[in-house]
Amino acid sequence: MINAVYRLISPGMIDIACTEPDIKNSVIMRPVYLSICKADQRYYLGNRSREALKAKLPMALIHECVARVVFDPTGNYKPGELVVPVPNMPTEKDEVIAENYLPSSHFCSSGYDGFLRDYIDMPPDRLVRVPEGVDPRIASFAELISVGVHAVSRFEKFSHTRKDSIGIWGDGNVGFITALVLKAVYPDAKLYIFGTVYEKLSYFAFADGVYHVDHVPDGLKIDHAFECVGGEGSRFAVNQIIDLINPEGSIGLMGVSERFVDINTRMVLEKGLNLFGSSRSGVDDFQRTMDMLAENPKIPAYLENIIGDVVEVKTISDIHKAFALDISRHFGKTVLKWEK
Amino acid sequence: MVFAAVFAGGIGSRMGNSDTPKQYLELGTKPVIIHTIEKFFINEKIDEILVLCPKAWVAHTQALVEKHLPEGKKITVISGGATRNGTLEKAIEYIENNCEVTEDTVIVTHDAVRPFLTHRIIDENVEAAVKYGACDTVIPATDTIVESGDGKIISSIPDRSMMYQGQTPQSFRLKELERVLASLTEDEKAILTDACKIFSIKNKDVYMVEGEVFNIKITYPYDLKVAHTLLKGKDCDD
Repeated sequence: MINAVYRLISPGMIDIACTEPDIKNSVIMRPVYLSICKADQRYYLGNRSREALKAKLPMALIHECVARVVFDPTGNYKPGELVVPVPNMPTEKDEVIAENYLPSSHFCSSGYDGFLRDYIDMPPDRLVRVPEGVDPRIASFAELISVGVHAVSRFEKFSHTRKDSIGIWGDGNVGFITALVLKAVYPDAKLYIFGTVYEKLSYFAFADGVYHVDHVPDGLKIDHAFECVGGEGSRFAVNQIIDLINPEGSIGLMGVSERFVDINTRMVLEKGLNLFGSSRSGVDDFQRTMDMLAENPKIPAYLENIIGDVVEVKTISDIHKAFALDISRHFGKTVLKWEK
Repeated sequence: MVFAAVFAGGIGSRMGNSDTPKQYLELGTKPVIIHTIEKFFINEKIDEILVLCPKAWVAHTQALVEKHLPEGKKITVISGGATRNGTLEKAIEYIENNCEVTEDTVIVTHDAVRPFLTHRIIDENVEAAVKYGACDTVIPATDTIVESGDGKIISSIPDRSMMYQGQTPQSFRLKELERVLASLTEDEKAILTDACKIFSIKNKDVYMVEGEVFNIKITYPYDLKVAHTLLKGKDCDD
């Protein structure tokens, strides 16, 4: 069968290519809603090194998606079922290392075609069912939620038991989602958000305190922290966390930075801090995400607020329109409704 | 019930000829016709598939279907007629003789040599046939259309904004299609080779479903080159 794939061939240029999905072994799905991630936007705008663009393009963008099953030769799924495809595709099994940290794993929309295509074809073990009642627009960015869930799952493993207060640096989507997940997992912990834009900080109504990074009250201390800033702000955020965190606290690093980040290692040593990295997610995190969305109605209720523009896609021009709208958005997710 | 009728050529080309019908040529890893059938095979709106091909190619087509398609949906291969209308009549005859036909029965007719059709096009064809009785798949004309009565002198140049290029599928409520075909005289049947045109001439509305520029018909060697090019390039899944 011939599939139409909408690939970014160079920054700002999308063209149709065709592939041949295997309908004897793969589950065939149609995208329902897709969500644009910052990484997609960086490719779309050409804000990656020339070498990276040359190595990875042409490539279909977008790795956040909810899809409807069309045909499943393996018999695991019925036509019409709503599923989330996991963009991480391991090529080997490892008893110790998680699938999203294996260098051999592939990732859709990073060197491999993302979900901007008429049909998505994947093995059945790369799909997670969407529970009944979950808004499919929210399910479209389940991947991003699962990244927060993965970071919190790692935090559960690495951190000490006193969790009276947790700080989150970053007032964007990742900070918002990670904060929501933490609130669900640790309802008794005080949650403090640190950011730079008052308007965005005001969205964290469920938190116990929101602070501009330049106006943190004297004496405020936290047991643990998550850095969801990335970019140039990483250095400032990480070192402010090191200043405010109590001894033996854990710091989850989630923000992507193109440059090396200077860290005050003297205080890391002195306080006996535990810094851990967290990147992407695996199928277990997706399943936990779906369980959380079904069991904690407050999470989808808050997540509804971060659904930004929903753009109906019938033509390639509509895809460009969605990316253009997303550029001007400082908070929330741009969602594509696939009607093509 | 919704039937897909894949038209794989009404003219009896024989195997072994150098000019193998285009629907049997390889495109990527499979013959063109298999790519086309697969689109209907995986579409939940389609209940049964009928493939109409030259008599000499029936066994070969059946073998291709068995080789390439998994279990799951009834696919029947029969011989078509000598003309497009003849093939259409054969499809109707098969459905009438083998299935329970009601006013809601729909037939989606499609050229085997258009393997690039999309899921949306099939879905919208079925929906439009149910709602309006008949539909055609079209794209807006990009070239100016010129009309000439004698093939030498332009008689008129229609307004391009009102011109569309016809593709397939063409889909109908089966009973409605039978009634319209029955109303044709033998002379009309010989001239009118397009089912949607027949509807139009009989003052029946034909709804337009938006096609795709890449839903090309592989007729000439050039078309096959274009089709191969669409499938070539860096494959990001490998």
